[in-house]
Amino acid sequence: MTIVVFSGELDKALAAFIIATTGASMGMDVTMFFTFWGLNILKKNEAKMGGKGFKQKMFSLLNKGGTKRLKLSHFHMFGLGTWMMKLVMKDSHYPSIDEFITMAKEMGVKMIPCSTTCGMFGLTDVSFRSGVESIAGAAYFLGEARQSKVTLFI
Amino acid sequence: MKADATLDCFGLYCPVPIVKTAQKIKELNTGQILEVLADDKGIKQDMPAWCKATGNECLGIEESGGEIKAYVRKTQK
Repeated sequence: MTIVVFSGELDKALAAFIIATTGASMGMDVTMFFTFWGLNILKKNEAKMGGKGFKQKMFSLLNKGGTKRLKLSHFHMFGLGTWMMKLVMKDSHYPSIDEFITMAKEMGVKMIPCSTTCGMFGLTDVSFRSGVESIAGAAYFLGEARQSKVTLFI
Repeated sequence: MKADATLDCFGLYCPVPIVKTAQKIKELNTGQILEVLADDKGIKQDMPAWCKATGNECLGIEESGGEIKAYVRKTQK
């Protein structure tokens, strides 16, 4: 199974990781390709300002990313909705997005950052949390996708 | 049904019971039976689908008063 993770919202990230971990537990080879806002899910929470030149630096400052900064796509409500969502998940003993990422890694899910987005935003391998694969391009993704029976775009 | 191991998934939502089942079944020997306790109704559809995908045998699902018990015989290689 291959999944393009384009979105960087908490709920969409959860959906992607729920499908990925379930696929892995069903014995599927799972590759997740993170592009555009999806890369924010993989960024370190404590990332410093990076990139070359003013524009990239501004982007890294305004679009810091990291799992702690992910918002809900609906009901964010200046953070109140997202905070409530996290509480509801905790009350239900549901894994956090960080736990899902760790679980996915342990189950052999490959998480790949998109090279174009990394290039444009001035991101390198050190921008991402541990467990993330090397940066790769669309051809690598399609190489995997053409062999997989399920491809999703989230 | 007599089980060789039990996995308690009460209060856990999809896909956690399935993910935990996949981890737990590794500890069992071929032919042994795993009992999964859950209250997420999705498991009634999910467990047979998971068994079919992984080559295990779903022996049956019992439900009483919101408590669901799923039985899986390890037959996967």
